[in-house]
Amino acid sequence: MSRAVNTASQTDRTYSRLLKRETQKKLWAYVFILPQTIMFMAFVAYPIVMSYVYSMYEWNGIGPRENFVGLKYYGELMSDHIFWNAYKNSFLFMLTTVVTQLPAALLLALVLNSPKLRLKVLYRTTYFLPVVTSSAVVAAVMRYIFGQRNGVFNEALMMLNLIEKPVPWLSSMDYALFTIALISSWKWLGIKLVYFLAGLQSIPNEVYEAAMIDGANRRQTLWYITIPLIMPVGAVILMLSVVDGLHAFDLVKVMTDGGPGIATQTVDLYIYTTAFAGIPSIGYASAAGIFFGLSIFAVSLLLGWIVKTANAKGGK
Amino acid sequence: MNSRITRLSTHALLILFGIIWIFPFVWMLSSSFKSNREYLGGGLDLIPDAIQWSNYKRAWEVANFSTYFNNSIVLTVAVVAIVVVTSALCGYALGRVNFKGRTLFLFIITSTIFIPKGYTIIPIYMLIKQLGLLNSMPGVILAEAGGAQILFILLFTAHFKGMPGELEESAEIDGAGFLRTFFRIMLPLSTPIIATTILMQFMWTWNSFLTPLIFTLNTPDLRTLSVGMFSFIGQYQSDYTGLTAAASIALLPVMIVFIALQRYFVEGIAGAVKG
Repeated sequence: MSRAVNTASQTDRTYSRLLKRETQKKLWAYVFILPQTIMFMAFVAYPIVMSYVYSMYEWNGIGPRENFVGLKYYGELMSDHIFWNAYKNSFLFMLTTVVTQLPAALLLALVLNSPKLRLKVLYRTTYFLPVVTSSAVVAAVMRYIFGQRNGVFNEALMMLNLIEKPVPWLSSMDYALFTIALISSWKWLGIKLVYFLAGLQSIPNEVYEAAMIDGANRRQTLWYITIPLIMPVGAVILMLSVVDGLHAFDLVKVMTDGGPGIATQTVDLYIYTTAFAGIPSIGYASAAGIFFGLSIFAVSLLLGWIVKTANAKGGK
Repeated sequence: MNSRITRLSTHALLILFGIIWIFPFVWMLSSSFKSNREYLGGGLDLIPDAIQWSNYKRAWEVANFSTYFNNSIVLTVAVVAIVVVTSALCGYALGRVNFKGRTLFLFIITSTIFIPKGYTIIPIYMLIKQLGLLNSMPGVILAEAGGAQILFILLFTAHFKGMPGELEESAEIDGAGFLRTFFRIMLPLSTPIIATTILMQFMWTWNSFLTPLIFTLNTPDLRTLSVGMFSFIGQYQSDYTGLTAAASIALLPVMIVFIALQRYFVEGIAGAVKG
């Protein structure tokens, strides 16, 4: 009898100890997420909300924010030619990088993914190298390489008899934006390569074995197995590239600072200039930022929809 | 025979393009050892006549790259430390404890990736200003560390979630509390994730441009290498070899770290897109 009571109270004690331990654990969990929560609230959530709020005030960033103007700045943006020039430039820049970078990265990934290829790591390291470098510093070096006079690129092209006289890569209205976009493609190709390689490696080997047993040759395997299976990863990479390509800043700022004239001014550069150079107009810059953010959001939704319907069709 | 030709030509092409690919860096390094006169007349010749260390001396001392280098180190170390600590703690709580609000927390932080943001650096600037940290290194550090750690939080969460429950239980039976279990058992088993976080954040912060640019517009002494490079262009436009030496100072450390640890870089980035 006494023994049974004893055991019962022991279980009771163990149970309450466990309960106490659980409560303590939960308390500690809150302590553990606290630093991150503070950082998140202060540097992610608050700035997102405030960039919407700022866009409705006439404000130079100094003194109190009193002059509420509603959606006035959004209206002004619609007829701001300089903004639309930047808008067009950002999309041109993005299109140039996506069109040049993704096919090249996929092709290179397919080559580097072949199981028998040697020196794989060396090649991957080589093509990835520009990714780890600072855009601003690279841009400073590229200013010289693509300079009109004494530029190594022009000299090399002339030596190969591809051009007769130096081309003004960065000082011509027609070439500058594309030159920087191609440099951006070079800079970031390595990361897309690694994304594609990760996607290719996630295709199970059995699929290839099955194709081999069915007598598929290499080209058939590529077209009917590898490419369709890499498409979902490809869609994610495309989405990332579009968003990254629309946020061109570092390279442009250092290489041409938007010039010649405003020929290479992107939206990010336009907003930076509006907010931090001369007499700052925080409200107007914020409105431009919100409008561009919404545009990118719309583009992503559209792309997502296209990919989804294409997949649904392909699936049947 | 045929396949051998294919293989050899594949290598030939990969090597040829590889050389073109890294040519800008080779050219930068070569120019940094030339004299300005040789640079202007040298064309494509990559071997300098005589090694000119004076370019490095000029970049380091006159163009202030010693200060920029130190600033880059201080900023990067501080930001990496903040990011590793906060995301490891947060990921542990999310991965191992089923506390109230856990799902909501995860939902909120991941949904901010998708909602349309404005130009958030402006409110961050105003916030740092209100905190009285403008024109100071702590201000730059906070602005730089505050941003997107969502990726690392998710990596740590998935990692800690996947650890066997027996580990925790046996530690508890041995009398270890929550903190002890975390620091003595769980954290030491997370070195791969910690290494990935350190490497990726190191690369991002070392190369970051916009944030340090905005926060050091009026304080040249706080500039990092990237921003210093930008002011170099404005000040010493025609010191070609000085600039390439300065660029080498800024780029070589990261390139060496990358080449030595490239596997972890690549795995981290591949893991980020898969996860």
